[in-house]
Amino acid sequence: MRYEAVIGLETHVELATNSKIFCSCGGHSTKGEPNTRVCPACAGMPGMLPVTNRRVVELAMRAGILLHCDISRYTTFDKKSYYYPDLPCAYQITQWFHPVCRNGSVEVTTKDGTRTIGIKQIHMEEDAGKLVHDDWTETTLVDFNRTSVPLIEIVSKPDFRTADEVMAYLEKLKTMFRFANISECEEGAMRCDVNISIRPEGTEELGVRTEIKNMSSLSSIRRAIQYETARHLDAVERGTETLVQETRRWDDVKGRTFSMRNKETAADYRYFPDPNLMPILIGEDWIRRVRDTMPASIEEKTAEYQSKGLSEKEIASLTSERALCDLFDAVTAAGRDPKEAASWILTECGGILRKHGQVMGELRVAPEKLSRIMEKVSGNEINRAAGRKVLEAVLYEDADPDAYCKAHNLSAQGDADAVRQVVLKVLDATPNAVKDYLGGKKKAFQALFGGCMKELKGNGDPQVIRTLLEEELSKRS
Amino acid sequence: MGQFVTEINANGVIAVDDTIQVKGYETRAGSRILEGFKPLFSAETVERLEGAGYAVAGKSAVGEFGLDLLGEFAHGGPCLDASGALRGAAAELVAAGQVRGALNVDLNGAPRRAAALSGVDFLKPTYGTVSRYGVIPCACSGEQVGVTAKTAGAVRELLRVIAGHDPKDGTSLPAETYDYGNGKDVPGMRVGLVRELTDAASDDMKARVTAYAERMRGLGVTVEEVSLPLAEAARTAWNLLLCAETCNNVSRYDGVKFGYRSPDYRNIDELYVNSRTEGLNFLTKAVILYGSDALSKGRYVTCYDKALRVRRLVWEQVKGLFKDFDALLCPACSRTEYRPYAIADAFKTVFEESLFTAIPNLTGVPAMASGGVQCFADTLRESSLLNLAEAMEGSGAK
Repeated sequence: MRYEAVIGLETHVELATNSKIFCSCGGHSTKGEPNTRVCPACAGMPGMLPVTNRRVVELAMRAGILLHCDISRYTTFDKKSYYYPDLPCAYQITQWFHPVCRNGSVEVTTKDGTRTIGIKQIHMEEDAGKLVHDDWTETTLVDFNRTSVPLIEIVSKPDFRTADEVMAYLEKLKTMFRFANISECEEGAMRCDVNISIRPEGTEELGVRTEIKNMSSLSSIRRAIQYETARHLDAVERGTETLVQETRRWDDVKGRTFSMRNKETAADYRYFPDPNLMPILIGEDWIRRVRDTMPASIEEKTAEYQSKGLSEKEIASLTSERALCDLFDAVTAAGRDPKEAASWILTECGGILRKHGQVMGELRVAPEKLSRIMEKVSGNEINRAAGRKVLEAVLYEDADPDAYCKAHNLSAQGDADAVRQVVLKVLDATPNAVKDYLGGKKKAFQALFGGCMKELKGNGDPQVIRTLLEEELSKRS
Repeated sequence: MGQFVTEINANGVIAVDDTIQVKGYETRAGSRILEGFKPLFSAETVERLEGAGYAVAGKSAVGEFGLDLLGEFAHGGPCLDASGALRGAAAELVAAGQVRGALNVDLNGAPRRAAALSGVDFLKPTYGTVSRYGVIPCACSGEQVGVTAKTAGAVRELLRVIAGHDPKDGTSLPAETYDYGNGKDVPGMRVGLVRELTDAASDDMKARVTAYAERMRGLGVTVEEVSLPLAEAARTAWNLLLCAETCNNVSRYDGVKFGYRSPDYRNIDELYVNSRTEGLNFLTKAVILYGSDALSKGRYVTCYDKALRVRRLVWEQVKGLFKDFDALLCPACSRTEYRPYAIADAFKTVFEESLFTAIPNLTGVPAMASGGVQCFADTLRESSLLNLAEAMEGSGAK
């Protein structure tokens, strides 16, 4: 008999807001010394009251729009009670009764084709703190920096059949959310709970379901799904064990899942509406405003860049990061040629970053500076190689392009007369190479060219040098 | 220095209930579990009073989390009068003229009861008009900071200072100021005497309410008997919500970050259990158990959710009466005097007595104890309560 896996996902995504969900502490929990990003409110001191961060609601709506959800007109916050040392109030504020978005879908593409995954709901909630275990002293410390950092939880329908589909889905959410400035989706900012059961292919009834909690790396998620599916298969086919509905934990080192709690010991979260947070009414106007102010989607950007004549490869590279698109848009808006702009960002900036062991995602450059460099090159003020040099200084020394050129005497190198003087000097200094070249050894040209370039400290325009060299050599033949 | 102190005290000193935080003052909410807890910030109401030139004289004792009748089960012991009868600490301070007024949290009627017994005034304003920021939380959906003072005029004066929008409280209404009346416009007012609540009181309390109604009539007020059939349902609903919300709110006290920690533990579970066992009294534990049950799986729909629906029905019934009446008159408690009793009876006793006080907590309407009785008014109609009380005080009611 052939079996299929039935997999559902609960994905927690940390939102890219400036402040936490119910207080004015800064977001970005993962940064900062332990317990430095806390106030009485997010530390759960009595007497504080939560006040909803409007931006959180808007980012959740944005996610809902991207995932084709219905946006709720009436949405509430509820309290979920459980005891854990990283939860200062012993309750988490989440959405249980009226989540902000429902009934969405997203298409995922794997090597086996494209399938539609249903989205049951998206809800907003606050994150908990973090426990840090010190095995050496056998102590556990609590860091509350992350408490009340805003999250959205995207609950999928049990529509996945393979780990590949899950991977494709998570990659897609990541790209989408980064691109729409919903989340920076950094390491640890996206965490998953995975529900798995298996059933004979072609049947409808669901098997015994287990849930694997709180995984943040894609490779762990893939391995956990593969392990858990195999465990279910063994249990069903070979009777290795009796499956029970339970919550399990993935151990990345041991490469297997462990039981955490089963149905009998399952927590009762005693949900109830939080009386301190009034229900939020979402009107058509607000939805429209959120939709209208949403950054262009990858699809829209792709179409726009196609119309500007960029290649598929260039488009794919630019749209891999919202920041690259923003840079490209700023540079072209300043009047630079789109093809050139793409080339400068992807080839030149990319090359320099690689040389310094960095990746495209780490590119930070003021669009005005890049635009100024391009302007100098296209106006023949400096050649491309010099431009590259200026760019590197801009990227790593925060140089000003004009000041840098002036300081390094880079402006005159496009001047043919100056270059001709250098060419003549090189030809006079290396008579043997000249002789070889004129004797038919074409390779000698490279040596002469290199000599000129060296004289020009690498700032010469290759085209100009080549032309002048050929001109002067022909005079000596 | 002396000059300076006189200046801050220009408007008088205020007592602040121990369920309301004052920065740097130990705030225990009458409980051992908060022993040594010094808040990092003051309640918004305290800030406003201090900003207006009042000074905090000190914290007035309350029962643990304000859950009992009059503070009889405060960790520091009850407040008794010379005859050994139970009294509310803040109300006694006001009655004795030691403070100009007091800030109290009306969670289940304690400050209203206390004022009625000590012969002073207490007004629980409309939910959302006074900030709850800085209140040790129990039942957030209905608890409200109010003012105890000797006269309606003094209540009005303090209320004007503390009321108004506070962005730190998500349930705070947007208005900056409210109408607290002018002490006039009393003749011609219509007051409903709530039959169910008067009938449930002792004979001497009944007589007190009847006499009060008679004196109202003497001021040109029409007093008619009215019926509030949902009064008992309102009590049940409010106590259920109160237990559930309190259970959730007090679960943060674990002996780890602040407050009392049991010296006797070997691991984290014992630390939690022993700190709570030793830190909370029997009444709070009963509230936690009832509340936890009401929210549990399978009980939510039959208990908590039903209580929310009853809240709506009661609100509609009360609103209906306010179409015809400016205020509703009733006792603030069943008797005119209370004696210390065993804590084993506390939950039942408080439940029974909250029949008289639950409706304003459940529905958010304002209520005022004055002249030993109490009145309710429609949402944002504190002016009716204050005008009536002021007129009655002028008529020699006290």
